[in-house]
Parts: sequence; C-alpha cells; structure tokens
Amino acid sequence: MSELSKLTISAARDALKKGDITSVELTEACLAEVDKADALGAFVHKTPEIALEQAKAADARTDGGDLNGIPLGIKDLFCTKGVPSQAASGILEGFKPEYESTVTTQLFNDGAVMLGKLNMDEFAMGSSNETSVYGNAVNPWKAGDAELTPGGSSGGSASAVAADLCLGATGTDTGGSIRQPAAFTGITGIKPTYGRVSRWGVVAFASSLDQAGPMTKDVRDAAIMLKSMSGHDPKDSTSADLAVPDFEAALTGDIRGKTIGIPKEYRMEGMPAEISKLWEDGTAMLKDAGAKIVDISLPHTKYALPAYYVIAPAEASSNLARYDGVRFGHRAKMAAGDGITEMYEKTRAEGFGNEVKRRVMIGTYVLSAGFYDAYYNRARKVRALIKKDFEDVFAQGVDAILTPATPSSAFELGAMKDADPVQMYLNDVFTVTTNLAGLPGIAVPAGLDEKGLPLGLQLIGRPWEEGDLLNTAYTLEQSLQFVAKPNRWW
Amino acid sequence: MSIDTTTAARVAKLARIKVEEADLPELAKEFSAMLGFIEQLNEVDVEGVDPMTSVTPQRLKRRADVVTDGDQPEAVLKNAPDAREGFFAVPKVVE
Repeated sequence: MSELSKLTISAARDALKKGDITSVELTEACLAEVDKADALGAFVHKTPEIALEQAKAADARTDGGDLNGIPLGIKDLFCTKGVPSQAASGILEGFKPEYESTVTTQLFNDGAVMLGKLNMDEFAMGSSNETSVYGNAVNPWKAGDAELTPGGSSGGSASAVAADLCLGATGTDTGGSIRQPAAFTGITGIKPTYGRVSRWGVVAFASSLDQAGPMTKDVRDAAIMLKSMSGHDPKDSTSADLAVPDFEAALTGDIRGKTIGIPKEYRMEGMPAEISKLWEDGTAMLKDAGAKIVDISLPHTKYALPAYYVIAPAEASSNLARYDGVRFGHRAKMAAGDGITEMYEKTRAEGFGNEVKRRVMIGTYVLSAGFYDAYYNRARKVRALIKKDFEDVFAQGVDAILTPATPSSAFELGAMKDADPVQMYLNDVFTVTTNLAGLPGIAVPAGLDEKGLPLGLQLIGRPWEEGDLLNTAYTLEQSLQFVAKPNRWW
Repeated sequence: MSIDTTTAARVAKLARIKVEEADLPELAKEFSAMLGFIEQLNEVDVEGVDPMTSVTPQRLKRRADVVTDGDQPEAVLKNAPDAREGFFAVPKVVE
C-alpha cells in the first residue's frame, strides 16, 4: 500500500483513469503515511474524513480531470471552510473560515483530495519553518544525526512532498517561500507570474509580492497543478484576466533556439564550489539541448533584499492590522481598567511571534511620518529599477535565466538561533528578485552536495510565459536525472 | 541609523504591540541592525525614477455597483472572540 503515496500526480492520474487503482486506495495509503510521519511536523491539521469523502466522490465521477482523486496537502495559509486555517500563528488560534479560498475551490472542483493542512513559518515570514506556532517542520533529508530545516516558509509542504506523504502540495511565495524549501528538499516548486493565481482566501503577508503555486515531485506535476490553481478571479482585483494555457502540453522537451541568460551578479563571493559546479553543469545541459547561452547583467540585484525588507514589512504592517482581537482569533484577557487600546496591544503581543512582531514594527517605522520617503518610496523606486533590469535582458532576446536556487543546502534547525535576523534573510538572495519583478520562477532539484543534501537550480521566465518556463525546466530535469530520495528515519 | 529605546517604544505603540520596558533595548538593537541593512538603498541613484505602484501593468477592473454578497451575520460573527446580539463586542470606547 505504502508504495502508492510515492506516485507522481501524472502516474496516479493515469492509473486512476485505467482503473488500476481507486482514489480511496490512494488516499488511504497517503493517510497512513501521514500518520506515521508526525516526527516531520509537516501536517498540523489532519482531515482524514474530508479526504475519504472527497476520494469516494472522485471514484464515483466518470468525467474527472487531471486532479480527480489526487491527494494533496494544503498550506495552512489557505482558508479552508470549516477547517483550522491559522497561518501558523497563535493569533488565529481556533479560526475556522466560513469560506473557501479560490485556489482550494478550484483544486476541489477539479477533484483533488485534501489530506490536511501543512506547517509553515508564521504568516509566511521565515526561511526555516522555525517561526511556526505549531513547532518546526523537519526536513526528511539528513546529513548526520541533527534535524535539518526543510526551508521556509512553505516548509511543511516541502517536507510532506519530499517524504511522499502526499502527491503534491500548495505553497505560497513572497520572497522565495516555494523555491527555497523545494530546493532544500529535492522537489520542484514554481512561483507563477504575479496575478496568475488568485490571492483571495489566502492569508495576506505582502500583497504586491504574494503568489501561490504548486510544490510537486516533478515538473510535469507542477504543470498539471498550476493549471488547476490559475485563472482570473473577480474577487482578487490584481488577478489577471488572461486565458490559462495547457501548461502540460507545453512540455515538449524541445528548447532549440531558446536563449538562456546567465546573470553575473548571481555569482556570489564565497559561494560553495558545489553550487557553482551545478550551475555550470546546468548551463552546459541547456546548451547541449540546443539553447543559446548568453552572459547577462542584472545590475541592481544586490539591492533586491534591502528593498524587499522595506516593502514586505510595510505591506505586512498594513495587512496584519486586522488582527485586533475583535473579529476572529485570539483576544487577550484584560485587566481592570483596560480599554480598547490595551486590548489591541496585549492581544497582538500575545498572539504574534517575535519575527512577525519585528516585521510589523519595521513596517510601521518605514511608513511613519518623516520616514516614508526615505525608506518606503526609495524602496519602491529601487523595485522599479530591479524590474527594468529584467525587462532589458528580455528585450535583448533572453527567454529564461538560469541561477542557483539557494546559497547553501539545508542547515540545521536552531543553527540561526543567535544570528542577526539579516543572516536568515540572505537565504532568499537568489529568489527575491522575481517577486519584486512579478516574474515566474521555478526551482528544480539538481544534485546532492558533499553532505548528501539536495541542491536546486532556478529558472526565471518572462511574464505570463509559465508554459515556456516549465518546458525549459522539464528539459533541464530530463538532463539532470535527479532521482535521489531521503532515507526514511521518521 | 541607530534607533534609541524612545523610538522603539513609539513604533511599538504605533503598531499596537505591547512591549515590556525591559525588552526595549534589544528591540532597538534589532531595528538598528535591520535599518543598517536597508540603508544600502541609499547607494542607488533613483533620480527621475517613479516608485512602482503595480508590478504588472494593469488597470483595476471595474464592476457594476451592485450587492454581490451579504445577509449572513451568523457566518460573519462565527469566529468572533466575543459576539453578542448580532454585534462584535469590544470594551467601552466612548464615555
């Protein structure tokens, strides 16, 4: 039975269509794996009753699509009707939405099965899944005795997919929160173009940067899941009114004549030799597949992280103002004589974790009178320059850009405990630029480092051309032949 | 730029997050570190650059000004920590 949870979405789809397996069998196999994997801290709210009900309905359907009967995990950031949706925060303790997010609605309409909710960094703020109110999610990969981070913020999603607890998972990405954990766990993750996937019903962190996307076992599965998640939604005013192409049909493996840019600014000082080598190998593979390789420059890359750490906290301080102890979630106990201001202040002090408080307050500071121009407006101008860097190289004929996904492999949980918060932020140095520019980016597993831990490569594409980007990633995947799996210890 | 404890306390107040007096020096130190990182942005020549307002060039869509949802007070109040008689209840705000 347990072999079933190892299937890719595409293999399970084919087996379900042929009648070789049923969704109930597949779902039961996944639920059994989920129950054996509590040590990974990936699933934080299990929903076996919902899953089996959805699986039975899928088996009864005769006209099911690609996701019919496919068991998925859902990041805790997505509102799911009647099921706890806490964004891994204490301030949303007990919150059960009365509505369903657009993304999960579309997945369920396509027949997908929800196994439960997945761990993450609180309000998606973090790169190690250590800021969660539920405790850490753990990487199924190990390089010794110590437990490693699965990355963040979509750490539970990455851990669950890498450990074969589910066939795929939803993630969200504000600065790298799909691609960094995907790289740390040896799976595939794509952040689509800003506006491709509706943000409605996804707990907001930084609204101009947030995008949801799939985290899967291979590129084909990412294409299948992304198609279901995408599309115009009148309830999200920034959702693009564009047709959704058949992303899977774009996977031809033919990239002859495409131009791949290699940005010199991503060659960081002190980059591990293994990462440089994988990057060179990946470049050579794309060249062998018929692509033209060109050196490019994205001159403002260095300023992406500092701009991000103005814009994201500013938007977060505004978005998180809604957590006031009035309409949902936690409310602090009040002392005699406390008024409404004390209620707000105590509720937010008790409900938010340290990283969230820090970012909300930094955001408050950069938006406050006297500092708005110096910080917030300057960051928005730098953001415009970062976007222009990409527009310039695309205008030169570049179709996609190849970079490393992360500056290191997965690190030990607790390793950054005493570090300056800025050290943790450096994890997103290669991924954050695409959020600022609104571009699609995909991380694909590329190889193992000397410790035996996975490393990923990132491809960045032109806006709205996820199909083309997925095809380039698919071609790279065919050459890389990454088949390693973590040794089971959980 | 170095942040002092008075500024840290003012920001905490603006953000409506209670911070104990004893925790202010550590908070001020963290703010200073983050702002030090952010201040790299001062190296960039932004003369004549417009601040980005929308990452994808698009106009906000319009729709007819009609009621599309509503009339479900129970669902709206369902998650409230304190709801009474069809209202959210909060401490007294006017004397």
